[in-house]
Amino acid sequence: MESVEHEDTKANAPSVIDRYYTRWYRADMKGKPCEDHCILQHSNRICVITLAETHPILQNGRTIKSINYQISNGCSRLENKVSGKSKRGGQFLTDFAPLCRITCTDETEYTIYSCIRGRLLEVNENILETPNLLLEKPSTEGYIAVILPKFEESKSITENLLNRDKFENIVSKRSSAQSQPS
Amino acid sequence: MLPLKEKDKPIIQKLLSAGCCARCVLRFCCVSVQAAYRKQPEETLKELQIFINDTENDKYAAESETSEDPPNKRAKLETSITDVQSEEEAAAVVKSKDGDSRVCVVCLGILQGLCGTTQAIKVCAVKAGNYEFDTLVLSVSLPAQLCVREHSCWLYVKKEGLVLDKDDVIQVKEAFKWIMQGMVTKELGGIAVVTKVSPFEVSVEFTHPETDADCHFLAATCPDCFKPTKNKQSVFTRMAVVKALEKIPDAKFLKHYPCPPTQPTSSCSPQVQCLHVSVFVAGRYNKFCRSLPQTPWVIDGERRMESSVEELIAAPILSAFRADGFNFSSSGREDVDVRTLGNGRPFAMELLNPHKSRFSKEQMKQLQETINQSSDKIKVRDLQIVTREAMSRMKEGEEEKTKSYTALVWTQKPIQREDISFIDDIKDLTLDQKTPLRVLHRRALAVRQRAIHSMSTRFLDSHHFYLRLKTQAGTYIKEFVHGDFGRTIPNLCQLLKTDTDILELDVEVGESHICKTNIQKSKHIPPTSDSLPHRGRSGAEQDQCPQGCRP
Repeated sequence: MESVEHEDTKANAPSVIDRYYTRWYRADMKGKPCEDHCILQHSNRICVITLAETHPILQNGRTIKSINYQISNGCSRLENKVSGKSKRGGQFLTDFAPLCRITCTDETEYTIYSCIRGRLLEVNENILETPNLLLEKPSTEGYIAVILPKFEESKSITENLLNRDKFENIVSKRSSAQSQPS
Repeated sequence: MLPLKEKDKPIIQKLLSAGCCARCVLRFCCVSVQAAYRKQPEETLKELQIFINDTENDKYAAESETSEDPPNKRAKLETSITDVQSEEEAAAVVKSKDGDSRVCVVCLGILQGLCGTTQAIKVCAVKAGNYEFDTLVLSVSLPAQLCVREHSCWLYVKKEGLVLDKDDVIQVKEAFKWIMQGMVTKELGGIAVVTKVSPFEVSVEFTHPETDADCHFLAATCPDCFKPTKNKQSVFTRMAVVKALEKIPDAKFLKHYPCPPTQPTSSCSPQVQCLHVSVFVAGRYNKFCRSLPQTPWVIDGERRMESSVEELIAAPILSAFRADGFNFSSSGREDVDVRTLGNGRPFAMELLNPHKSRFSKEQMKQLQETINQSSDKIKVRDLQIVTREAMSRMKEGEEEKTKSYTALVWTQKPIQREDISFIDDIKDLTLDQKTPLRVLHRRALAVRQRAIHSMSTRFLDSHHFYLRLKTQAGTYIKEFVHGDFGRTIPNLCQLLKTDTDILELDVEVGESHICKTNIQKSKHIPPTSDSLPHRGRSGAEQDQCPQGCRP
């Protein structure tokens, strides 16, 4: 009875994400198989970049060795500073701008990308201290970054993204095509 | 009999021939007797003509400064006048007989037909008729080119060597008011037309597009007087024109502008507007509805949610006071989906241009009742008229206030009473709250430290409980409950070691105090939100921006 109650209230109480955000996806980012990103778009146009549940980092019990926001010699996402209401100073990102590089304990390396055009507002520093957040709560506390698209582009950025249905289609095609994604 | 002097004769003659109306001539003669201007213009003209033609009669000569003018000089003046009775002036005298039907070259008709009884009646009956007032103040706005024409006439007189101090000339505005004030008072059956301050203002604006270009030459001669304006408004303001006329040397002026001024073909067009000073109404409101925004929710011209707190409160008040518009301000605000319980939130409204402004305590009570009957979504209490200063104090001390909330919390893991009892013992918990994502598009990114002073819980079932909180003003309750992606720390998920979410929120504005607000907002314009539509419950919570910024 408890689990029924549990299910009931889950159905009756849509989560924060369900209430305020639309889930968009980019599959196989930069051609790399299964490196799927999930973009949570708030109704106020702010986007939170997260790993999709199908991302390799979240599979096969991987653990994270390090997360590096220094994406090049001259650029660290940690140095991003915005000021004021108009968020001046934030690094402007394009779709394929790298946000961070994650190295797992099994030496596999992954780059997480912006996926959308916009101004970088913040990157998640909590995952530097507690990488487990990324594994346990990839859609909430384990988020990667927050990006603010230009007002004029707030609707057009989703043109290159997949909605949940289309994404699930692609995922199901994968499992039928291959035996098991790694 | 007009208080004119001998030395005025040449001035009168010159100005009449130039095309000035009788009253403007009086002005240039520095006649400051108000009654003189109230006579019918035709009568005044006749008297002027008699005066200048009267060279033999000592009636006027006797009143002139006989002591100052030595006899032979006076004789010379008199003969010179008769001698210099040129064709032009003779013609002018003849012309001026029916000349006042021609528009005056200086006042452009303002002191002619435009300050008669018809005008006064227009002001009173049509415009002021539907206002309630004890006194009124008359204000006049004249087109800038009047200064130019006045200057030209003054130079015209000066050219002849006739000494005339510009500051002694009576202003058109003054003469107009001398004439009109009395008439308006009469038409209104005795309401005092005061000269300085009154809550009710009748403004008469005169425009004369035909001669607007008269000022333009000044831009070339005195460019530094005319600053380009951002709006489409003309750069030739009265102030700028006056300044330029003070600077421009006489010779230069005469080079660019005819002296005397040219004859216009039409009179000015008057426009009468009435304005009553704002009245301020304050009170406290409760909100019982979970789908009512504070202000109208409009995106791209489309209304997204029906009505709003301010519209429900304002509608009956606006109609009772017969006001043109309002500015609504409250001591803080709550979200669309949050109820306001307890004593209610203080609010204040500025009523713009109220046609009715006097209300007794009884009437205010009645008005409050009307508002409360009109909707079950809101309730108003302590409705009263306050001063503008009283409003300033409403937003004061917003930061120091303590707020009480009740939240309905959902937990993912099943809970029992004992699991949440520890929350009751938590005192003065300091939160570090990053700007919530739901408001981040319009607020700066920052970390805010806020205190939760105390909490108490009421167990409901294995996945729900009520959480009462007493917090510092400006605390984001929703984010404390669900964590906002871990950006509010500590949060309830961490404390309970489970995912939690907030299903309902009520706010109680505790202590009672009369609202005194500081209205910092400009005119009430429906906000065009730059956010995409919210689904279901909205995000914004009780935003306590210290500056009182609007979303």
